Amino acid sequence: MNARAAAHAAPAELYDCRDAFADTLVELAQADPRVVAVVNDSLGSTKVSKLDTVLPGQVVNVGIAEQNMVGVGAGLANGGKIPFVCGATPFLTARALEQIKVDAAYSAANVKFVGVSSGVAYGELGPTHHSIEDIAWLRAIDRLCVIVPADPVETAQAIRAAYEHDGPVFVRTSRIGVPIIHAPDYRFRIGVAARLRDGSDVTIIANGVMVVRALEAAALLATEGIEARVLNMATVAPLDREAVLAAARETGGIVTAEEHIVRGGLGGAVAEVVVTESPVPMRILGFPGFCPTGSPEFLLQHAGLTADGIAAAARELAGG
Amino acid sequence: MKAAEPATSDQAGALRQRAAEARLRDIRMVHGAGMGHVGGELSAMDILVTLYFGGVLRYDPADPSDPERDRFVLSKGHSAAALYTTLAMAGYFDTAELDSWLAPLSRLNGHPDRNKVPGVETNTGPLGHGFPVAVGIALSGQMDGSERRTFVLTGDGELQEGSMWEAAMAAGHFGLERLVCIVDRNRLQQGDRTETTMGLDPLPAKFAAFGWAVRETDGHDVAALLDTFAALPFEAGRPNCVIANTTKGRGVSFIEDRKEWHHRVPTDEEYARAVAELEGGQA
Repeated sequence: MNARAAAHAAPAELYDCRDAFADTLVELAQADPRVVAVVNDSLGSTKVSKLDTVLPGQVVNVGIAEQNMVGVGAGLANGGKIPFVCGATPFLTARALEQIKVDAAYSAANVKFVGVSSGVAYGELGPTHHSIEDIAWLRAIDRLCVIVPADPVETAQAIRAAYEHDGPVFVRTSRIGVPIIHAPDYRFRIGVAARLRDGSDVTIIANGVMVVRALEAAALLATEGIEARVLNMATVAPLDREAVLAAARETGGIVTAEEHIVRGGLGGAVAEVVVTESPVPMRILGFPGFCPTGSPEFLLQHAGLTADGIAAAARELAGG
Repeated sequence: MKAAEPATSDQAGALRQRAAEARLRDIRMVHGAGMGHVGGELSAMDILVTLYFGGVLRYDPADPSDPERDRFVLSKGHSAAALYTTLAMAGYFDTAELDSWLAPLSRLNGHPDRNKVPGVETNTGPLGHGFPVAVGIALSGQMDGSERRTFVLTGDGELQEGSMWEAAMAAGHFGLERLVCIVDRNRLQQGDRTETTMGLDPLPAKFAAFGWAVRETDGHDVAALLDTFAALPFEAGRPNCVIANTTKGRGVSFIEDRKEWHHRVPTDEEYARAVAELEGGQA
């Protein structure tokens, strides 16, 4: 049995990270009455309905009005609340980008944003409903933390970290199923990459739904004698520069993989550090442009955002 | 914190004096820095002075983050010089600092920054931002069962932004009785008259249709403004809209109601004439 078969021998249970988000939000709101959710008629799609069921007084539904949703969130923060402004990422980030910049980040308002159904989670609904540009937009905004958790364990901790952080935070969740990657004792910290696998031949840096695929790629490469380091770079801003530089110096090549367009996202963030401080060959894996019609899984495969695709890029860099 | 008091004729006279002083300071800043939005600043000045010095807003410059303070949000952020003037005169910072307006590294930026200037509640500048934030502030107060009030001053041209009507709809829906939206209805915007550019009338009916209790008043008559604010809340369970009919550039004859003065800067000669007019009006 080869490694690829081994990786698939016991199909892991897949989780929708929206549940980890919503369950954590309920815990936070029960413990701290300042915690409120703000939604744009998205109680169901964000799963904030879980909070609405138990604490409806801590949920604000502004209707289908994203600009107002973000402004209202900033105003609630001014009034001492800790608002979690939740909506589908394509609409939350694109429609209300200026509000995120001015009302939240530039004003340094203590607002938390939770984008659901990010990337290509909406699949067949098409590029209007995909969000493959949001990391590029958001990571350019000063003061805004941008977090892309990889599994339910990390999602729950990222939501708690956002709550504890004094300032604006964006947490990007998907609805594409992911297995549990992190052990229960894993501790997420904003701005700190998690080294999930050690290796010295090449480094794979991924986040979100691509982390499990990066781990599968590393398992494949190991069967060929290539030892790949795998970093879960859940925080894109502020970036863990030390982890990137250590990867460049110690492994000599970096592949990035993200559920995002290839311009300006995780790959861009890593490249900015690499080219200025420790140039090594890189491959940036992501979507080349607007996606064609297809399911989320099809679109990931179509763009080569698979274990095989990551392994092929890493193999090139490792000289394999 | 300063408590609301009933209006008196002496109070109105004192407010007019304050407004004249504020206009002088404002135009001095714009002339000195060679930049500013003098037209909209002069149109808003009587409203700002009435709010801050007429016993309408409850605030304490020594404790600008008091959770129970009333909030004032300048949604028309380009009138920053008018806000800075008012805040300095109210004691948030020294009036001498007004001369640093727009100087390199001054905290008195062209649009207000709450992280640098005490008394500023949220950063504004791009139009259509302050109003939704004010709705959120008022909503927080309603959720807390607090008495604190939120006042937001919008431009009239600014009401062409869609986000303003999202905010108006939400305020009406939530019945934010302690929210007061004051529209600086000077009927001019950067390029032309509002009604020529993108008509807003019938503006009171529009707000009423969104669930607001609406009153119109002369935005330069401080006694009328005081009476209007004394009547708050206008109706139980509704947010309050004050359409303040104003003249852009009010107080300086050659600036008044002229679209080119949206952000024109007075020459030295014009500045001297403006000062003479404003000092004459102050006497």
